[in-house]
Formats: sequence, C-alpha cells, structure tokens
Amino acid sequence: MSEQQTTPSSGPKVKKFMFVNRKAPYGTIYALESLEVVLITATFDQDVSLVFIYDGVYELVKGQQTKGIGVKNFSPSYRALEGYDVEKLYVDSASLTQRGLTEADLLVPVELLDAQQMGELMAGQDVILSF
Amino acid sequence: MLHIINKSPFQTSTLDSCLRMAQPGSAVLLIEDGVYAATVGSAAEQGLRQASTTLKVYALQPDMDARGVTSKLIDGVTLVDYGGFVDLAEKYHTSHSWL
Repeated sequence: MSEQQTTPSSGPKVKKFMFVNRKAPYGTIYALESLEVVLITATFDQDVSLVFIYDGVYELVKGQQTKGIGVKNFSPSYRALEGYDVEKLYVDSASLTQRGLTEADLLVPVELLDAQQMGELMAGQDVILSF
Repeated sequence: MLHIINKSPFQTSTLDSCLRMAQPGSAVLLIEDGVYAATVGSAAEQGLRQASTTLKVYALQPDMDARGVTSKLIDGVTLVDYGGFVDLAEKYHTSHSWL
C-alpha cells in the first residue's frame, strides 16, 4: 500500500516566496492586496522576500496622509512586517532614482539592489507572486 | 478644455499622449496616480515643466497628500482641492478624462 510521503523530522520544507510589488498605492488595489497575501504567507512560516520595483517603490514613501481621499492609509503596515519575521525588503535602486526618490524618502529600512542583483534574487526563489 | 490625467507617467503613456495634443491656454489636472508627474526629480519633471509654459497645470492636493509627495511639488503646478476640481470643470466648457 502506498503511503503518503512522510514528513521528515525537520518539518515541512520551507519555501522561498517572493512578492514583487510594481504598482503605486491607492490608484489600484494591487498594493494593498499584495500586503494582505504577504501577511498570510508569513503566518505559515515561509521564507518571505518583498521586492519593490518600478511604481512599487511609491508604496514605501514616508508621510502618506489619506484622510482627504477617504481611503485607509495602509503604509504603517510595512513597518509592522518585522513583527511577522518579514525582514527581507529589497528596492530597485534605478526605480527610486527615476522617480526623484532616495532611501531617505522611505518609511522602512530596505536593501537597495541593481537590476542584475534583483534578477539573481528572483532566480533563486521557489514561488514568485507579482502585483 | 480641461485635460484630466489619472495614471502614473511611469505606468502608461497617457500624460505624454495628452501633452502632445493639448492646445495652449488649456488646462491639465493631475489626479490619483497622475500626481506623481508633478514631483521634483522624477523623469516626468522636464516634460511637465515644458508643458506648464503654455498650459495651466493643476494637481489634486488630497491625492498628493495620500501619496506622501506634496512636499515635492514642482514649481508652476497649482494645487487644488475637490472644490477647485469642480471650479475647473465649470470654467472649461469641455473636460477630457484620458483614463
């Protein structure tokens, strides 16, 4: 009789999940949806990386005040990610520059990468979800 | 004529498409993700500065505030609130939302 694969004593395999954020906040629902899925994934003790490229870098801009547009300001949640052991945040350096932004404009500590490094990081993942 | 742009200049070519055809004396209002075009140091800055010599350029302040970029507003772009948006729609007899 065939038995289900037994779980090794080290526990289930932890996969490397990457979330690729490419959209500005508020204009579309993508940024918020991504954040929701990130928090769910983190609950399952997976190896989670967040990447912010192109307009996705706008998600991390400091000082967002959404009262005037009547939408929840979800940017403080990026600061809370650390509490869920989500500490790998990567930003494409060129995307920042093209938008007149620097690391000082961002609300969380991130690691800046160039396109080559970003590509290598992507290539090393098990699962990639792009928003 | 009032041209209304709601997309990021990095996501679509909507702003460029509009600026190519907008006639002198008409107005461009940046709303939602369109406001990123009005921020200092962005790759869209030069095109917008050029446009503002012949067009009136406005940006919706609540959308700038929400995105944390109000302090980066380019000179020559005028902030308006929702009431100002209505005033512009009334002042220019045709509105074109480029979507």
